[in-house]
Amino acid sequence: MSTTATSAPLFGMHGVTVTFGGLTALADVDLDVEPGQVLGVIGPNGAGKTTLFNVACGFTRPDAGAITWRGEDVGRLRPHRLASLGIARTLQGLGLFDGMTVLDNVVAGADRWARSGFWSDLLALPRSTRDERDLRERAMAALSELGIAEHAARYPAAMPYGLRKRVALARALVAEPDLLMLDEPASGLSEEEMAELGELIAGLRSRMSVMLVEHHIDLVMSVCDQLVVLDFGRVIARGRPEEVRDDPAVLDAYLGVEVDTDSHPAPDAVTHLGEGPR
Amino acid sequence: MAAIKQVLAPSHATGRLLLGVVGIAVAVAVISMVGEFRATQLASMAYLGVAAAGLTLLTGLNGQLSLGHGALMAIGAYTAALLLPDADAGTPLPVVLLAAVAVTVLVGAVVGVAAARLHGPYLAGATLALAVAVPGLAIYFGDTLGGEQGLSVSVPDVPVWLADAIFFLTGTDPSRGRYVSYVAWVVLVIVLVVLANLARSRTGRRWRAVRDDEIAAQLVGIDLGRNRVLAFVVSAACAGLGGALMALAVRLTAPSGFTLTLSLTLVAAIVLGGLGTLTGAVIGAALLTFLPQVVTQFGGGIGLDDVQSAQLAPFVYGLVMVLVVLLAPAGLVGSLLRWRMRRAGRRTSAVLDGPPPSVPSGSDSSDSSDSEPSDDSPTSTQPTPRGAHS
Ligand SMILES: Nc1ncnc2c1ncn2[C@@H]1O[C@H](COP(=O)(O)OP(=O)(O)O)[C@@H](O)[C@H]1O
Ligand SMILES: [Mg+2]
Repeated sequence: MSTTATSAPLFGMHGVTVTFGGLTALADVDLDVEPGQVLGVIGPNGAGKTTLFNVACGFTRPDAGAITWRGEDVGRLRPHRLASLGIARTLQGLGLFDGMTVLDNVVAGADRWARSGFWSDLLALPRSTRDERDLRERAMAALSELGIAEHAARYPAAMPYGLRKRVALARALVAEPDLLMLDEPASGLSEEEMAELGELIAGLRSRMSVMLVEHHIDLVMSVCDQLVVLDFGRVIARGRPEEVRDDPAVLDAYLGVEVDTDSHPAPDAVTHLGEGPR
Repeated sequence: MAAIKQVLAPSHATGRLLLGVVGIAVAVAVISMVGEFRATQLASMAYLGVAAAGLTLLTGLNGQLSLGHGALMAIGAYTAALLLPDADAGTPLPVVLLAAVAVTVLVGAVVGVAAARLHGPYLAGATLALAVAVPGLAIYFGDTLGGEQGLSVSVPDVPVWLADAIFFLTGTDPSRGRYVSYVAWVVLVIVLVVLANLARSRTGRRWRAVRDDEIAAQLVGIDLGRNRVLAFVVSAACAGLGGALMALAVRLTAPSGFTLTLSLTLVAAIVLGGLGTLTGAVIGAALLTFLPQVVTQFGGGIGLDDVQSAQLAPFVYGLVMVLVVLLAPAGLVGSLLRWRMRRAGRRTSAVLDGPPPSVPSGSDSSDSSDSEPSDDSPTSTQPTPRGAHS
């Protein structure tokens, strides 16, 4: 666990409010992600977790509030600027590029490391070729780290869900972000895969901060340094996992809502893909 | 591991260049050997191929359908015609071709900016409007652009060095028609090499990413609008180049040559050949050029009279389209690639994952039409145009 209470937070959201018509999806939410920290965002379905990520990535513009990166207000965030800031995100629905090989999917994730431009691509100048080789090596390294290097030449659509999830993760990791945002990374994984994922996330701490939205309480409890609990768009509790677990407000929010502790959802990948695209 | 070795191999840019040189040599040899009429046909194939190659990149790689590329060809053609009004004009052909590219790039940038904001049917509609409107302009500005009659195009003399070289190689002086055919094929080969470079580069990968998943593309740092406009501009440049070559080959530029049919013909060429593959674009252009004549001859062979034979062509043409769409929806080249890919996929998955995967392709969340990621929006399984590799 990192003890960086004195240094500036890496990423912060301050007073973020989002309304959809009459519905308040986020109400005055504050949170900070410290360098090297794994921050879990939990809450019942519809609590506003994905909306929080969408605000953080510039897909949803908040009605009020500010976002800071390394202590500076980023103003109006545009999603394609995130990668160059050092922020990567995986999507709840994976969003793999199905017309491209696994390797190309991951190379695409390494885009921020490329220097060559349109003209050198057009003329296939040595600069482009060098760049390309470098990106491929980075991508192969990321695939190896996730144990799927042998699938590099395949197309994701023909692969099992668990492998596809790893491809999506490799695509985010290859960017070597300072902040990695994971939206429900464990959904649809087997018990064993989930344990591996837990170890992987814990191991990322030395390289980056992680923001994790997850339903599997076991996983959240084991890997997160800090938790933020949302309910109806409000932060109802925050703190270390063991503090939050016993918080009466949290128990109350989850009352009547099935807390998915250890049983993993239906193994059928198709139903999983269908239930929430992002 | 073989897979790693294969994928880490240096890109084959030099190979493409060599292939291009060989391609030009073969094209020149073939054009010198065939008759005058065939040489003209080969020129048509080349200009259709240039425009179709650009379109297949736009539609197959970047997922933007344009029904207006015939109009962009018209812009290139009129530019060429204005620069070659009579025998005294003497504008060198490279200048003519570059001017055609420059003008269409400008128009393409404007149209591309509008197109980048439109999706699916709206984009098709807007480009369709372009296809209909541009020939009208030629009539409206009849004084400069020749109205219905159009402008005649005066092909410059064959340069002496080229005439000498051809005479040295073949023992005959090249006609102007043949000269245009040489030029058209050299341009086609250069365009193919350059577009293949692009398709395999980072730029091409970005275009594919935009096509496959807009949200994920943005998250890896790709500016959707910028890449869409760029793809449109590149594709427009090819259309303009194709149009200029067409003006040279036909020696006349008139609105009747740039009707909606031309735009649809280009779409037909890339669909027949296989969306997103450059080889497919060339095959499509060849089919469109030669099929009608072959069919007409065949009609004569089985005892039909001239009129009946001529009517057979569109019929067979339609039949081929229907058959390709039914039997090989990815187009001729696309289906071949897909078949190979499936075989390769089956082999690896049998070894590595046991039973075949249960996830049907195309059923995942990549939906190119939603712009806001939301947890609760329904998953659409809208098919995106899916190209393979050129
Ligand atoms: N684009 C949208 N338009 C309208 N309502 C939305 C939209 N996105 C989310 N919501 C609503 O906002 C609330 C929070 O949703 P969400 O952030 O997806 O929750 P979670 O990810 O925690 O399940 C829900 O009530 C949801 O229906
Ligand atoms: Mg969610």
